[in-house]
Amino acid sequence: MDTFLTLTAQDTAAVWLSIKVACGATLIATPLGFATAHFLVFSKMPAKSLIEGLINLPLVLPPVVVGYLLLLVCGQAGLLGPLLRSVDIRIIFTLSGAILASAVVGFPLMVRAIRIGMEAIDDNCLMAARTLGAGRWDALVTITLPLSGRAVLAGMTLMFARSLGEFGATIILAGNIPGVTQTIPLAIYEYTNTPGGDRAALNLCLVSIALSFAILLLSEALGRSLKRR
Amino acid sequence: MELEVDIEKRLGAFCCAAAFTVHSLRCGVFGPSGSGKSTLMNLLAGLVVPDRGRIRLAGHTLYDAEAGINLPPEQRRIGVVFQHARLFPHMNVRRNLLYGWRRTDPGDRRIEPEALIKVLNLGHLLHRGVTRLSGGERQRVALGRTVLACPRLILMDEPLTGLDEELKYQIIPYLQRVLDQFAIPLLFISHSLREMRLMTDEVLVFHDGALQAQVSTESLARSDMATAGGGYVNMLHLGPPRQVGDLWCYPWGETELVLTEGGGAGDKFFELEARDIILLKGRLAAISARNLLTCRVVGLFGVNNRVGVELDCRGNRLVAQIVQESVCEMGLAAGGEVVAAIKASSFRRIV
Repeated sequence: MDTFLTLTAQDTAAVWLSIKVACGATLIATPLGFATAHFLVFSKMPAKSLIEGLINLPLVLPPVVVGYLLLLVCGQAGLLGPLLRSVDIRIIFTLSGAILASAVVGFPLMVRAIRIGMEAIDDNCLMAARTLGAGRWDALVTITLPLSGRAVLAGMTLMFARSLGEFGATIILAGNIPGVTQTIPLAIYEYTNTPGGDRAALNLCLVSIALSFAILLLSEALGRSLKRR
Repeated sequence: MELEVDIEKRLGAFCCAAAFTVHSLRCGVFGPSGSGKSTLMNLLAGLVVPDRGRIRLAGHTLYDAEAGINLPPEQRRIGVVFQHARLFPHMNVRRNLLYGWRRTDPGDRRIEPEALIKVLNLGHLLHRGVTRLSGGERQRVALGRTVLACPRLILMDEPLTGLDEELKYQIIPYLQRVLDQFAIPLLFISHSLREMRLMTDEVLVFHDGALQAQVSTESLARSDMATAGGGYVNMLHLGPPRQVGDLWCYPWGETELVLTEGGGAGDKFFELEARDIILLKGRLAAISARNLLTCRVVGLFGVNNRVGVELDCRGNRLVAQIVQESVCEMGLAAGGEVVAAIKASSFRRIV
């Protein structure tokens, strides 16, 4: 039964969960990432570097630490516990938790990518738009957003890829529950801890490689079509 | 147009202060770079907030520090043509042109895109991306984009800088045609006296961030006569020429001028240095100069050791530059008659 590239039902569930988590994290983080990058590029607030440091923190902290901090904040007794309970959202040991962990860990990467693209926008173009009758929001939507389109795409790709590989924060916050929070990396981890699970682990590794590669190709193609426009 | 400005802005060690009222339709802001011209433009357009003062345009208050009024740029309806076009790189020519027009209240849309596109000769470029335009084309699109927003006032910040000499003067007829045809008041910022003379009637002279003088463009040009290497330059607007032998005859008001330089159809601008004009009294047996124009002396003005003789040549104005000694010897005085001798090769075409 242990043939090459055969996935068990649990493996398939892990693959789908990984895709769900990566999509969810990317969709949640994109608007926030855009807003944050916009703030960091255009705001003249003095406390900017402090906020910047805070956003970049997950990049340098061990993901396990990030996961643990999230557990403290979102747990039943945590800072946001009562609030989350009142809107009936459970984070710990749920899919939402896995998505949140991935989103937080990948966020600095996404902001960084969008920011680089946004910094390349000629400030003068925005001024020109204002003198032509466009208000702040209008200029944001018609000038800033399209001109940072490729950067947003790059940020989304990084976020998606990082989410596919998220392990440390997820296992702390969401646990390793097959069919609920067990994504590909967590499943691989379980196989490698099980005697005779090497072949299955390798299968999932191959799926992971294929998935990541497909994302890269898709992102490249989208980027090219955005450039052509 | 009536533009009333009384503002002050400090930017680091630099301070820009100006108080003036402009009535003329074509006013210039003249001064060397770093004199505060662009700061003034940003203040007027609302891109920089002044420290104090007020700005009123055609009866509308745009800024008033005391009353707490500060209209954002998009509500001021002041169009700006920037030094480097600043076109939107992700839009084609057509979408660039219509960006401001679409954001203008339908009641304020006095200018039809089709008419303007024709005047600026952009019809064949409409679907092209702006990154694939030449420098002159980019500037024409930038001009069209600003004009189509139907502003109450157009600010042009060195719109010709960065274009090569030839291109520069190819743009000027477009600028003039657009402003004439659509009657939009202009504030033209430049450090080039020649551009000033082609584009404006009145000039605000800036130096070190402060307004030095508000004079007519003509008197600014005359004051340049005394500077080393400078000198008064006559700007002649001539009609389409006809060929006579190997020379060209250009209509100039009611009279004609003979030039060595030919040209196609359409009106042309030529420069003629005031010092290249020789004044004669009485008849000469023969002279090599091809243009002998009988003129009446309108007036004399002196700058240092040079004298400008303002001449009326059958309705056309001409200034000749001579020295005081010649004035005395020839007995030149207002009302007198002289002959101006000009060589056919003294004219330099600029547009």
